[in-house]
This record gives sequence, structure tokens and C-alpha cells, in this order.
Amino acid sequence: MSEKIEERNRRMLRARDRMDRSFAEPLDVDGLARVAHVSRAHFSRQFRATFGESPHRYLQRRRVERAMEFLRETDRSVTDVCFDVGFNSLGTFSRTFREIVGESPSDYRARFAGEAGAALRVPACFAMAWTRPAG
Amino acid sequence: MCAFRAQTEKRTGEARVSVTAMINHISHTFITVLDQDEALDFYVDKLGMEVRTDADLGAMRFLTVAVPGQPSPEIVLIRPGAPMHDDATEAQLRELVSKGALSTMIIATDDCRGDYERLKAAGVEFTQEPEDRFYGLDCGFRDPFGNPIRLTQPAEGPIVVPEPGTKI
Repeated sequence: MSEKIEERNRRMLRARDRMDRSFAEPLDVDGLARVAHVSRAHFSRQFRATFGESPHRYLQRRRVERAMEFLRETDRSVTDVCFDVGFNSLGTFSRTFREIVGESPSDYRARFAGEAGAALRVPACFAMAWTRPAG
Repeated sequence: MCAFRAQTEKRTGEARVSVTAMINHISHTFITVLDQDEALDFYVDKLGMEVRTDADLGAMRFLTVAVPGQPSPEIVLIRPGAPMHDDATEAQLRELVSKGALSTMIIATDDCRGDYERLKAAGVEFTQEPEDRFYGLDCGFRDPFGNPIRLTQPAEGPIVVPEPGTKI
């Protein structure tokens, strides 16, 4: 029984790694289910059982976390950042960002103007994992 | 409140002095693996570490590897289970490993890109290609069980920490 769960976890981890790596690309349930070697029908349910949230929600948090860094650390416009991190509509991006972070992308950027950079001082993998907004 | 804090800080400061005088290096660190033979294939045959200890203690196998030429740390490739853990704890630990949520380490290299190419050709599962950071060139992969490992080629010369507000 335990071995079965381990194998499932390992396959779900591969799908999550794919989201971490390819967040900027269009990702869909069919593609991620193929990475995890499970049927489309089982994928979302198994992912949630493994990581406690839906794959869609995980991808949203990953993209928003990337957007937060780009807003803090680059001069890219909000629209550019939206597309840079894989959203394909500014409306969806703004709504999702506000829902997860609690303020709009431009308010977030303004709040951090001139004082950001703390996350740049630690290894990037660590910063990405630990500055990701909670679900 | 302030007086209390001052006293605490003073005590902490004193403690630090004596601790620094005793500790000198990290001799062993632990990575939890699900199969020690498979771990050897990976950490020795693929990553190029060497076996330091492989001792059959009956109920458990004490298995350590290290970077050739480096006295420490030794990495103890530890398998969860009896007699250290009861069945439920073993199952929990194995689940955490397979979610990539338990053990990790960062390895230094002189040639991040070269190692990346070599390890990728050997079938290692990379989670990130080499990328330039202020502290060096950095990539990430997983061991066969899901443990995340970073491979970093430290930047040459003094590391310059980006100023707050730096735009990249």
C-alpha cells in the first residue's frame, strides 16, 4: 500500500516540477496528466491528495510568485509581467493576483519600490519556494 | 521588557562564544532514501561520490558516501524503518521523501554546465537547467526517490549581494 502511494507521489512530483519549470508556457491538464502517467480523470484528484491543493491552484501560485518577483525586481510593465509568467489575459492575471496577494499588481509594485531585494540575497530555489504566497 | 531583552541578548552572546570554541566542522549529514542499493547507484555511479562506510549492522545498514578527496561531510544514506521507526512512521517518512519534502542538500562544483550535461546524459532528472545567479551558476535535480538537490558553481571573486531595489 505504502509503495503505491510513494509511486503516486513521485509521479505527481514530476507534474509539479513541470509546472515549476514551465510556468511561462501554456499548460493544460492533459499535458500534466501525461507527465504524471495517469489519466486526465485521475490527475487532479491524485494531485490534490498528494499536495493538498488542485494543480490549477498550484500553478496559479507559482505564476503569481514569479510575477511578484518580476514586479519587484524588474521594470517590465504589468501587462508584460502578466504574459511573462504564463497568464494569457490581463483581467485573469489581475483578478488572480489580487485574490492571492491581497492587492493589485501595481499597488504591490509601488509598495516595494526602492526597498525590494531581500529575496535576491538567498539562493534562488529557496527564495522561490519560500516567498510563494500560501494557498 | 527592554531590560529582559538586553539580558537575553547578552546571554546569547556569551553562549555563542563558548559554542564557537567547541564546534569545528560538520562530519555527517543525512539524506533519507527509499532503497540503499539504488541510492548507491545514484550517488556513487552517477554523481561520482565514493563509499566511506558500508557496514551491515544486522537490522540496519550504515551506508555513507562523500565527495572524493573531501574528508567531510559524509552523507549518511539512511533508510527509514525498524528498529528506528515503527511501521506508521516509516510509511510517513517514505511518503515525505517521495513528495520531495524531507531531505535536501546543495553541492558545489567547478563546472556546473559540464556536470549538468554529463548527469543529464546519464538520465538524471533535472528540475532546472543551469542559470546565472549573483552567487554563481546553479541548477537543480532530484535523486531517484524525489529528494531535491542543487548543484552550484560559486561565482568567482567576492560575491556581490544585489542592493535593495536592484532591477534585473
